[in-house]
Amino acid sequence: MGKGVAITGMGIISAIGNNVAENYQSLINAQKGISRVKKINTNHVNDIMVGEIAFTNTEMEQQLQLPKTNNYSRTALLGALAAKEAFKNARIKDVNQYKTGLISATSVGGMDMTEKYFYDYLENPETQKYIEGHHAGDSTQKIAEQLGIKESLVTTISTACSSAANAIMLGARLIKAGKLDRVVVGGSDCLSKFTINGFKTLMILSDTYSTPFDDNRKGLNLGEAAAFLVLESDKVVEAENKPVLAYVKGYGNANDAFHQTASSDHGDGATLAMEQALKVAGYAPSDIDYINAHGTATGNNDLSEGRAIIRVFGNHVPDFSSTKAYTGHTLAAAGAIEAVYSVLALQNNIIYPNLNFKTQMKEFNITPQLTLKEKELKTVLSNSLGFGGNCSTVIFSKEQ
Amino acid sequence: MDALKQELKENLIEQLNLEDMSPEDIANDDMLFGDGLGLDSIDALELIVMLDKNYGIKLTDPKEGRAIFESINTMAAYISEHRTK
Amino acid sequence: MKNVYINSVGSISAQKTFDNTEFLNEITEYNDNVIFAVNPVYKDYIPPAAARRMAKGIKMGIVTSKIALKEANINQVDAIITGTGMGCVRDSEKFVSAIIDNDEQYLTPTPFIQSTHNTVGGQIALELNCKGYNFTYVHSSISFESAVMDALLQLQLDEAKHILVGGVDELGDHTTKIHKIINHIKPEAITPTNLLKSKTEGAVFGEGANFFVLSNEKSNTSYAEIVSVKTYNTLKQEALKQQAIAFLKEHDLSTNDLDLLILGNNGDVNFDAYYHTLSETFSKTPQAYYKHLSGEFNTASSFGFWLASKVIKTQSLPEIVRLNGLQTSQYKTVLLYNQYRGENHSFTLLRQC
Repeated sequence: MGKGVAITGMGIISAIGNNVAENYQSLINAQKGISRVKKINTNHVNDIMVGEIAFTNTEMEQQLQLPKTNNYSRTALLGALAAKEAFKNARIKDVNQYKTGLISATSVGGMDMTEKYFYDYLENPETQKYIEGHHAGDSTQKIAEQLGIKESLVTTISTACSSAANAIMLGARLIKAGKLDRVVVGGSDCLSKFTINGFKTLMILSDTYSTPFDDNRKGLNLGEAAAFLVLESDKVVEAENKPVLAYVKGYGNANDAFHQTASSDHGDGATLAMEQALKVAGYAPSDIDYINAHGTATGNNDLSEGRAIIRVFGNHVPDFSSTKAYTGHTLAAAGAIEAVYSVLALQNNIIYPNLNFKTQMKEFNITPQLTLKEKELKTVLSNSLGFGGNCSTVIFSKEQ
Repeated sequence: MDALKQELKENLIEQLNLEDMSPEDIANDDMLFGDGLGLDSIDALELIVMLDKNYGIKLTDPKEGRAIFESINTMAAYISEHRTK
Repeated sequence: MKNVYINSVGSISAQKTFDNTEFLNEITEYNDNVIFAVNPVYKDYIPPAAARRMAKGIKMGIVTSKIALKEANINQVDAIITGTGMGCVRDSEKFVSAIIDNDEQYLTPTPFIQSTHNTVGGQIALELNCKGYNFTYVHSSISFESAVMDALLQLQLDEAKHILVGGVDELGDHTTKIHKIINHIKPEAITPTNLLKSKTEGAVFGEGANFFVLSNEKSNTSYAEIVSVKTYNTLKQEALKQQAIAFLKEHDLSTNDLDLLILGNNGDVNFDAYYHTLSETFSKTPQAYYKHLSGEFNTASSFGFWLASKVIKTQSLPEIVRLNGLQTSQYKTVLLYNQYRGENHSFTLLRQC
């Protein structure tokens, strides 16, 4: 043990950019990607705002040079684009040179096609190719194919909004245990009527721009995105003389065991996840320079997470912000999106502003970072908290 | 009002799958949440949909539900005052 | 590295398997192409107030978890790891159809919440008040094997002592209907003993839940030791034999060392050839199959895992699951192989302990 888990490549597509460079530019220029939904025909168009990606499915199919007969869901298309960027960024030429796996995360999977053709499937043979694409593992299989990963460990995690953080965690564990030399980890989720209406029934969607950690927060904006990281072992990094972007230093997963969807009042699960991650990293709370919070801007999450942060960091809460106001809450992909943002923060020594914040929360006195801040960063802690009480924390660092 | 209360009890049992209960088991002033009938926040969301569907009452903030759904009495009173269908 | 043991089982399937004192004593016959789980009395395990909103997948998962915990004589675990291909698919169908039928109006949260894939794992955690590690794998026919792999990693490195691991999937009407259209389900009704004689495409679809307590401490309830599990996203038929031999070799075993090979044959003429390849490779080894009893579903291999556990513990192989006529005096080393529609292959190696 004690082996390093190096991040050697990243790829991302979100409402604020189609690649890593574009995402970074939007982040430092405080440009959010939130608007009224355009690609989904929903009655709720004026009641919600979303982080939607500009590309149509056809445009992405062309970029990936897929045949007309393909049965890619939007989740698979987004995932394939982001994973390919990560592979390119990691300068991988021969995928078979090292034992390479893929761990992806999704909650929506092929639901976008299922909800579109639900009844058509029974009558229209042209739509039936999408039936096989519904299950959550399908997009992962397709991403593996796009990357040329064969006869290997390829799997999918779905733990709601913490899914991609858990994919990163599993990937890091597999590298440490020597099961794989290289693993692509991340997640992908597209917008769908299913999630829009689902979150609507829970009454946690804001009708305007979301305001994480604001006292008057009204709920979240949904978003769509995909992001992947390439993790490599010390062996590969040395042999290939690879530039390392950052290291996965710590991780933790715990369950709130409180409620099917809501977080406990005092963030028990989130507290445990952060403590576990610090322990794995061998860090004290004071070693953390920046927290990229889950910060969805629901009444429940921000209170519960904020209290958990105070429980772990006491009177010395480091700078923290949520980037959900930029991208919307991208569900299963969120942990990977924010992992890319955490690595970019480390690389550029930058803390992103928590957009749209006006009013201090009454329940505690911690305030997110509100302006772009330059600061020497060694470590970033990222939280991802989900339904089913699922709480995850990943710690990234410059040092091995 | 009594007919409305009876109707509410029946709908409550049906909507929330309170399988082993009958309307007679629910008193008009029984607490529906917490120590009473034991309903929870997801049930509250289900009841908000029921208000909309059956009585044309739209609540936008789940917090409003807390007082309205305290008991069959409070629900009936609120519905008779605000119903649009 | 620590050894890892299967310390208990809990099973709900198309056979009456929820009673651990039995081992396929009576077979539930069918003549169909979709078969449902034989239900225990759920109220005996879950209080009605808690059960009232629960999807069938959740109920099956919770009951089999409770059976497994009871048999292992423990009331808490360090982690819960679930595999499910489709999650609580009935609720997903209910929510999608309600969106369409009601034009996005009057939708209720319960079917949406239960559509979340980790709803079974989350509900088990709620029932047990288990705040530990909680993962859900959703990768088709290796969903369960991914969960086992994760548990092995933690138990071998002694990061946990007891982990509840399981596979669960339920049947949904609409999903069944559309899978009939694309010939993933057999066109004809068929009986268990005729499944492998079928000359048609598709499988008999089933459902079920199989949960296990895996521990790195052997106990008097232990069924077997899990030596290894390995998954492959793709595998060419030509490469299968070689991969099987390589997998055994990693554990210093050769083809002659196996006492039993358990295969996932489902009677699909297009894909059973994979299993035939291994049947030939291990032609001198006793072989068994099980999907004629459980039906095919993404986590059906968890029923195969249950079967292997029972065979090793009882040192007996029920007549109904025999695939060839070969006999053996002991079941010490057992290899399982499964795939679905030519993808997502897995080997699982178990040993008597």
